[in-house]
Amino acid sequence: MIPTRVSHNPIIGPGVVPFGVDPAYDAQYKLNQAPRSHVASHGQGKPFTVEPGPHQRTQYPYVTGTTVLGCKYKDGVMIACDTLCCYGSTKRYKSVERIKKVNSSTIISFTGELSDFHYIVSLLEELDTTDYCEDDGSELAPWEIHSYLCRVMYNRRNKFDPLWNSLVVAGVKHGRTFLGTVGMIGQHYEDSHLAAGFGNHMARPLFREKHTDDMSEEDARKLMEDCLRACLMRDKTMMNKFQIAKVTAGGLEISEPFQVPMNWGYEKFKDPTKHAVGAW
Amino acid sequence: MALLASGNVSAAYIPDRDERGGFNFDNVARNEMMSQNGLKFKAAMKTGTTITGVCFKGGVVLGADTRSTNGETVADKNCEKIHYIAPNIYCCGAGTAADTEAVTGMIASALELHRLATKRKSRVVTALTMLKSHLFKYQGHVGAALVLGGVDINGPHLFSVHPHGSSDSLPFATMGSGSLAAMAVFEADFKEDMTEEEAKEIVARSIRAGIFNDLGSGSNVDLCVITADKVDYLRNYECPNERTYVRSKGYDFPPGTTVLNRRNFMTATAATLPVNQIVDIIDGAPEDVASGDAMQTD
Repeated sequence: MIPTRVSHNPIIGPGVVPFGVDPAYDAQYKLNQAPRSHVASHGQGKPFTVEPGPHQRTQYPYVTGTTVLGCKYKDGVMIACDTLCCYGSTKRYKSVERIKKVNSSTIISFTGELSDFHYIVSLLEELDTTDYCEDDGSELAPWEIHSYLCRVMYNRRNKFDPLWNSLVVAGVKHGRTFLGTVGMIGQHYEDSHLAAGFGNHMARPLFREKHTDDMSEEDARKLMEDCLRACLMRDKTMMNKFQIAKVTAGGLEISEPFQVPMNWGYEKFKDPTKHAVGAW
Repeated sequence: MALLASGNVSAAYIPDRDERGGFNFDNVARNEMMSQNGLKFKAAMKTGTTITGVCFKGGVVLGADTRSTNGETVADKNCEKIHYIAPNIYCCGAGTAADTEAVTGMIASALELHRLATKRKSRVVTALTMLKSHLFKYQGHVGAALVLGGVDINGPHLFSVHPHGSSDSLPFATMGSGSLAAMAVFEADFKEDMTEEEAKEIVARSIRAGIFNDLGSGSNVDLCVITADKVDYLRNYECPNERTYVRSKGYDFPPGTTVLNRRNFMTATAATLPVNQIVDIIDGAPEDVASGDAMQTD
């Protein structure tokens, strides 16, 4: 049986199951009750978590990723993030690849709930598969992916069941460099430098001061590392293991994990209470 | 010392209220009764600020923005947030403006008396301890977040103090709503043993980061450079927010622009003032006031 493609129905928008597609699923709503049987929602078209009881909205994220930074430079665009996903205040998954390749010209990264990001990635894989089946050599452009994700996020927000993510989409296609972000309530914008999460407070001031669109790759990388270090020093849910992905006209590349150097040898840290008992 | 009601002085010694020490919770029951009766305690107003400090080789540099906010309005476009504590100690204040001014003024006075009593220059840790114990005593209700810096016999010191009374001894410190933006600049570019010029530059950059990236901070950059032999209070060191458009013709309204509907004023003379309010007017007799240019009446 050919699986029904339900994740982006043109009538009611992407990311929701339209009425009439799956009778067994619809039957559970017949009595105005929430569905009683649990259906796995690994992006196979049923986005709502189905549990016995009144229908609940997404309340809070569980496994979360933190900051993502992105900036354009002379040859293209780069995104950086760490490889940590926290479960509350535990640093649980330390080797998560939080940057994903969408197609040969686009990369995407996230903050927020990891499972919602996996769902989004499966939606994008469906898009990519469609493109592949068309077999005409054309792929979706980064701004088209961005536009699609805006609709997904906004639709889910309107259903009061948001995908708990802020996404950063970047890519280069047809000579145009693109860097855009979509938030969990559907807010979206494009800019020369972006951050999602804590990086908005720590990294964007540094970008605003030092970033220019025609930076060389080394300068952009150095600025990115400075911003990552600033975020790392002040964000408790971050770890010193980063990946940088860059997209240029020639292709895209996601780097191996690396560390940024940290300096703890300040004189004032050596004996902070020497003259001030009670301070630290 | 309070005597027992029976007048039996030889019974147990009851110390005065002030001598008992510890915390005084007498008002807790009263406050609860008042909130139950509908009184809502007003939350302390935050000013929105970026204040920073950095240690360099031989001194400290303190910096602050100059915007004071009252809710979403800018109350004072060019206020002074770097307060004098002692000739060699200055303190930047964030949080509730009244609290920072009162607390720094109080500690400055206390330190002056202390200097007179000990005949020595004040030490930064003295100011720190006085500030901390005061803020702790008020359990965070005194909303003063401070960056305290100075140079004393033991060298340059920089401390940050939080409203609940904790302090940190740091090479660089930021407080206020713009602290994250300013801290980003320090985390990226701070070096040990900077020169005075480098230190001034990085502090000015951090305040500018707060001004341009935080809504609660704005207007100008104030700096204060403290070294062993001098203090430079650089008021309005940078003005990156100059008013760009000023009407070239000026704002001079000809007499009669505002229509005068009714005049009702009294000249202050001995005949019109109540007896107990007659004062000697030194600058100009009442007649001069009436005929002067104070009000155009035609």
